[in-house]
Amino acid sequence: MAEYSLTTPLKDEEIRKLKAGDSVSLTGTVYTARDAAHKRLVDLLDEGKPLPIPLEGQVIYYVGPSPTPPGRAIGSAGPTTSYRMDPYAPRLLDNGLKGMIGKGARNEGVVEAMKRNTAVYFAATGGAAALISRSITAAEVVAYEDLGAEAIRKLTVKNFPLIVAQDCHGANVYEEGQKKYRR
Amino acid sequence: MTVREVKAARIAEEVARLCMEANFELEDDVQKALEKAHAGEESEAGREVMRQILENSGIARAERMPICQDTGLAVIFVELGQEVHITGGGFEDAVNEGVRKGYTDGYLRKSSLADPVRGGNTGDNTPAVIHLALVPGDSLKLWVVPKGGGSENMSRVAMMKPADGVEGIKKFVVENIRAAGGNPCPPIIVGVGIGGTFERCAFLAKKALLREIGSVHHDPFYAALEKELLGLVNDTGVGPMGLGGRVTALAVHIETAPRHIASFPVAMNVNCHAARHKYIEL
Repeated sequence: MAEYSLTTPLKDEEIRKLKAGDSVSLTGTVYTARDAAHKRLVDLLDEGKPLPIPLEGQVIYYVGPSPTPPGRAIGSAGPTTSYRMDPYAPRLLDNGLKGMIGKGARNEGVVEAMKRNTAVYFAATGGAAALISRSITAAEVVAYEDLGAEAIRKLTVKNFPLIVAQDCHGANVYEEGQKKYRR
Repeated sequence: MTVREVKAARIAEEVARLCMEANFELEDDVQKALEKAHAGEESEAGREVMRQILENSGIARAERMPICQDTGLAVIFVELGQEVHITGGGFEDAVNEGVRKGYTDGYLRKSSLADPVRGGNTGDNTPAVIHLALVPGDSLKLWVVPKGGGSENMSRVAMMKPADGVEGIKKFVVENIRAAGGNPCPPIIVGVGIGGTFERCAFLAKKALLREIGSVHHDPFYAALEKELLGLVNDTGVGPMGLGGRVTALAVHIETAPRHIASFPVAMNVNCHAARHKYIEL
């Protein structure tokens, strides 16, 4: 398994190199969005209206951080389960989104949208939320403040440790990893 | 036995403290089980996940940060001695006041939507989910068990046929764990409720999660079934965070109740590796 250091925005030639199981240390900007924010983004696309965040080359992190204590950039901020965003993700990928960060497997619709748009899905370690917060150096709410923990935040990340869970060629770390240890 | 008074304000104060402590510090049984899983994991990716989980636990404990950003709905199990007289306010109000204070002062996430369909965050993580049992005696026992959504979503209830028997239970648990994969944040703890009615069975599955990891069921039949189920769950190969590995579950705990002759309810409640619980006797 290879190790890469990547900086956002992600480029197609970088994404094509990534294989399921590779380790990636990610630096740059990522946007947070969960269920409620995804619904609003897709509703805007349906209405032909502009989005509050750029999608081209960007990475969305599925997270609803805990409140920020004084003196910190952010509270605990581990990934939420990704399958809940499966109904919305293909629309965002078709509009330029290049990366997603979450946990757990994706459905066939997302896999196909990732192949046709050269996109990557990363897994972060679920429940390692205090550790992950150390990779986040800045956070600001940029849309949907009314959603609280589910608002869209712009995060600045430095060396965020990730695994390529699903690559743009259709390979999946969950299936391949579990097969090896099934008895 | 004489009546013993417990002030509502004291209950609120302790619930607030336990909400914070539960979210910052894993109990010893969970911490030890995670260390053992790290040592025993064969998969490289799985070991790295376990290493991160353990490092995270240390950071959360030292810096009083939530172990997981999903600090859950506040589930509170209560055994109230019938000789206890609560003074200075209502019991449920006191528990909710504690949750409100704990989740606010501890910078814990508020994940409670006031209306399940129309939404609207309650803003303070109330109401708590309270399971109250009235028991003999004059003590008040409280378990604060914050429960996250990711693992709760992988929990299931099945109204099986009596003919399905013990093989049916095994199939139900193993198939659901395999389908859940990495979603509930393995290594998990599986609570299995067998018997009772539809709702009793689900309650038993949750209650089973409270048992100390490593403890053995008092009935040898169910002790053997727990051991067998743990082996079968680990044989799925799901592994830490679903990346593949030997350790999918830290424990399987069973709770049972008498059932109707026609019914065979089985429930499984899944807990993520951040199995948070704190206990106090007042």
